[in-house]
Amino acid sequence: MAHDHDEDHHEHRSELSEMQLRVRALETVLAEKGYLDPAALDVMIEAFETKIGPHNGAGVVAKAWADPEFKRALVEDATKAVRSLGLINRVGDHLIAVENTPGLHNTIVCTLCSCYPWEVLGLPPVWYKSAPYRSRAVSDPRGVLADFGLSLPADTQIRVWDSTAETRFIVVPMRPAGTEGWSEEKLAALVTRDCMIGTGLPKNAADVA
Amino acid sequence: MDGVHDMGGMHGFGKVEPEENEPVFHAAWEGRCLALNRAMGAIGAWTIDEGRAGIEALRPDVYLSRSYYGKWALRLENMVIERGLAETDELAAGHALHAAKPLKRKLGIADIPRTLTRGSFGRPAEAPAGFTVGERVRTKNIHPPTHTRLPRYARGHAGVIEAIRGCHVFPDSTAIGAGENPQWLYTVLFEGRELWGEAADPTLKVSIEAFEAYLEPVER
Repeated sequence: MAHDHDEDHHEHRSELSEMQLRVRALETVLAEKGYLDPAALDVMIEAFETKIGPHNGAGVVAKAWADPEFKRALVEDATKAVRSLGLINRVGDHLIAVENTPGLHNTIVCTLCSCYPWEVLGLPPVWYKSAPYRSRAVSDPRGVLADFGLSLPADTQIRVWDSTAETRFIVVPMRPAGTEGWSEEKLAALVTRDCMIGTGLPKNAADVA
Repeated sequence: MDGVHDMGGMHGFGKVEPEENEPVFHAAWEGRCLALNRAMGAIGAWTIDEGRAGIEALRPDVYLSRSYYGKWALRLENMVIERGLAETDELAAGHALHAAKPLKRKLGIADIPRTLTRGSFGRPAEAPAGFTVGERVRTKNIHPPTHTRLPRYARGHAGVIEAIRGCHVFPDSTAIGAGENPQWLYTVLFEGRELWGEAADPTLKVSIEAFEAYLEPVER
């Protein structure tokens, strides 16, 4: 799974080999002491790579777009509403869905660490956990959005949710124009990970038609 | 702890750099490291808050120069040693050299689905909520040397209670082994200018999730 572009950077390469060794030592010691079952780790890693991911959140958003009753339920109690969908992994408590409107754009961040709604979006991308995002998301969100190539109207209200407790947030973006009558499955193809974090918008209808 | 992890509002870190088609893990050791940390957490070796405090306890130069999972690996080394689960010579040798410490439970394959759902941090309330929705509050100006979830940029500022999120485990308490001490949790909303001054984006509002112990009423 090592990627070539990382190998180009000397400091990455040296951390890679150092960390491979240190993590292997940790695993061997902890397993030999009987604290862990390495086979259980394999299953966990596979689940993180395949079962959880932004496809879960995309399905939730698409259903909210297609079903106003579900959207009401989602905004009222996202944990309960998402559980009703019977996703492969049951969503934990304290999930909160925040809805974008023509005059309001929501974004989420964790300035203190890396809190992220991973049950619906998967593990967070590197940029979400990085110092540039965590430092500027709360003070200069328009500058951060510009780094993603996103420019919002000057009068749009920007709301930043800092995930400082065990509550987790998912943004429900606005449904793109020209998608009337689309199935949930087709709508889900418009929903990007970043639009559920608030650093992007959904794809346009023409992109998937 | 007023550490370098508390990044909200800091300058100088540069642009956000999204990666096209980013893989879940950039190297196999990252996945192993995540799973190792989660497995040790799942068997009750430490709480989520003690684990976060373990990351924050890394020296600032280490915190800033190590990758995300690199920090997780260093934290795990430190915590297994601190708790007597392994010793330095064992990590150096890459093999167990001393007797294991008895643990209450071990994570098996059958437990994995459970680890894919976040735990619940809600607890029964021991007293009614001290603040109401719409009430103006001020965050306290506190600087505990131990773990806290009140970010520096949001201390000593006036905001409004937007929502009451229930009664939750108090991280400042569990992180120092002082019990769950459940507290009411609120979404507190601040105007951008309250946090960042007159030059702030006038369209900006920021909320934090604030435990009751972080808040005091605003005198009218």
